[in-house]
Amino acid sequence: MRSLSRVSAIFLKELAQLRRDRMTFGMVIMIPLIQLILFGYAINTNIRDIPVAVVDQSQTALSRILIQMVEATRVVKVTERLSTPEEAEAAIKSARVRAAFVLPEDLSQRIVRSPAVGRGTPPSTDEETSRPVAQWIVDGSDTMIAGAIKSLRSMPLSELNRQAPNRSTPTFEVALFFNPEQRTAINIVPGLVGIILTMTMIMFTSAAIVRERERGNMEMLINTPVRPMELMIGKIIPYIFIGLLQTVIILGLGHLLFNVPFGDKTFDLLIGTLLFIGASLSLGLVLSTIAQSQLQATQMTVFVLLPSILLSGFMFPYEGMPLIAQYIAEAFPATHFMRMVRGFVLRDAGLVDLHRDVLWMCGFFVLGMTIAALRFKKRLD
Amino acid sequence: MIAPASDIVVRAEGLVKKFKDFRAVDGLDLTIERGMIYGFLGPNGSGKTTAMRMLTGLLTPTDGTVEVLGLSVPRDAETLKYKIGYMTQTFSLYGDLTVLENLSFMSTIYGLPRKMRQDRIREVMDRYELTDLKDRFAGKMSGGQRQRLALATAVLHEPQLLFLDEPTSAVDPESRRHFWEQLFDLVENGTSIIVTTHFMDEAERCHKIAILESGQKRADGAPKELMAAMGANVVEIEGPNLREIRRHLLGTDGVMAAAQLGARLRVLVKDNIRDPQSFLKEKPETDGATLIEQVRPNLEDVFVTATGEGRQ
Repeated sequence: MRSLSRVSAIFLKELAQLRRDRMTFGMVIMIPLIQLILFGYAINTNIRDIPVAVVDQSQTALSRILIQMVEATRVVKVTERLSTPEEAEAAIKSARVRAAFVLPEDLSQRIVRSPAVGRGTPPSTDEETSRPVAQWIVDGSDTMIAGAIKSLRSMPLSELNRQAPNRSTPTFEVALFFNPEQRTAINIVPGLVGIILTMTMIMFTSAAIVRERERGNMEMLINTPVRPMELMIGKIIPYIFIGLLQTVIILGLGHLLFNVPFGDKTFDLLIGTLLFIGASLSLGLVLSTIAQSQLQATQMTVFVLLPSILLSGFMFPYEGMPLIAQYIAEAFPATHFMRMVRGFVLRDAGLVDLHRDVLWMCGFFVLGMTIAALRFKKRLD
Repeated sequence: MIAPASDIVVRAEGLVKKFKDFRAVDGLDLTIERGMIYGFLGPNGSGKTTAMRMLTGLLTPTDGTVEVLGLSVPRDAETLKYKIGYMTQTFSLYGDLTVLENLSFMSTIYGLPRKMRQDRIREVMDRYELTDLKDRFAGKMSGGQRQRLALATAVLHEPQLLFLDEPTSAVDPESRRHFWEQLFDLVENGTSIIVTTHFMDEAERCHKIAILESGQKRADGAPKELMAAMGANVVEIEGPNLREIRRHLLGTDGVMAAAQLGARLRVLVKDNIRDPQSFLKEKPETDGATLIEQVRPNLEDVFVTATGEGRQ
């Protein structure tokens, strides 16, 4: 009973302090709001309008039509016209363009014999016919840009003959579930919940204990009969509500602005989010018992935040990482939450489907709280 | 006279606290009786605060035993915390909470029953003139007001024993006088108080004091007794060239210390010299003096004889 009222006293105290800290309170609302709008619009993995240079050595009507056809794909946008491949290379080096489209002098002959034009398949033994129509010189250092231009490699050219593009039968049928339009925001917005919660939750709590120490309240506090666990629990409760508020802002606004679905698993989503908030908060508390100053606490937050962004699968697919990096990623709550929130919101998965992540998150929370409470000494030595 | 055990609030034996190679407290023995104000007097770094922190269980002694209110410390420190109050050297309540919020937070933390809380808060606010300030932020109050709030919080749970670590270092003399009156009120109601200070006038108000230096106790007892048993007589000299006289006297056998106070030179003469007045008059250095008279010793004299250069 005493314990419960002490926890609530600490909770009310934190709430009163938070309410008066305008800056922090503003960040609670502004961080998810601004980052959602910024990243929701900005992050796009469907690359369009890559600036390219054209080196048209054939200078024919055919070459001009071909350039227009390539531009019409919207993958690239011609920003420069150069006369030699050397100039094009220089343009790539100086980053004015990301690629160059080189059309050779014998373009017309090449096009006539190209299978892409759709005049039937000439015998493949014919050396002449197997030559490509033109060349792309690409700045291949960015794999995403390179990939986008590679997609032009076997572009059909039958339109050059005023024929309808021939309906070729693909080798495989691909059915895209959950995001058939391939909009990046669908994947980014739920993931953003994980990133923003990681950042704000760990940042707030990592400062929580250190702040008491820095402002001199600690000496008084450890002279009272308060128990470490009471202090820890009382301190994280206000942030649980803040975390939920931020989740509502991100998912609600994501629905309004980017048409990201909610899914029907509201209950599962609530539990999953609570678990993640709990895990992040307990991690923040552990950092808070290690840090000697609020500055150190912030530095440690960044130390956790970066891998949470880069390894969790928020930006780069988890599956693309080497096995050891995957193991490291598993240690971060964000990785598990990324899987959970995308599952609940996009794939209509439930807690049962993702029980491994759920259990891991529970374990992390309990362990974190225990370590934080054990590390918190009511002594000065 | 040995007081019965129940009347002893603090008993410490051979208390040692080492920080790496530095002995902050070095073999301290203490016996503090109930119902009095006991002062730790000493310069900065003499181990006052460290000793106090060991008594409350904030620091673990390197060696020695501590018993506070019959509880063994640090083993029973958590139980002890319900029975003691503690006022830290620097203001340590929440500056961004109001007076009332601070009090109600602390009353809950100390586990006061819900019904009692309101009455108790009203009572201390009334007693320490905080009622009009109850919605003020603690961080926006004056030193004296903060100190009253800190005291109010420390006694909220009616502790038997109150620890005050340099309580008046940040307040004006008026508030300081007032504060001490409030301490005597608490003692009248049965609270025992342990206070650290480096102010002589404050130490003089204590029932008993211990003079600490380099983590060791140099003397203890009632200020009056200490003055009586000082082992030196005090003579004041008036006249020109006091600095000159002081320099000469300091090297003289039988003179323990000499310090100038305004237009007077205060000389401590060892008490094995029967007539200190004539002893000084006979010295050639004091020829020009207009007045040489024996005066009553004060606590500073005790302090000087017990510590540093005066101690032999």
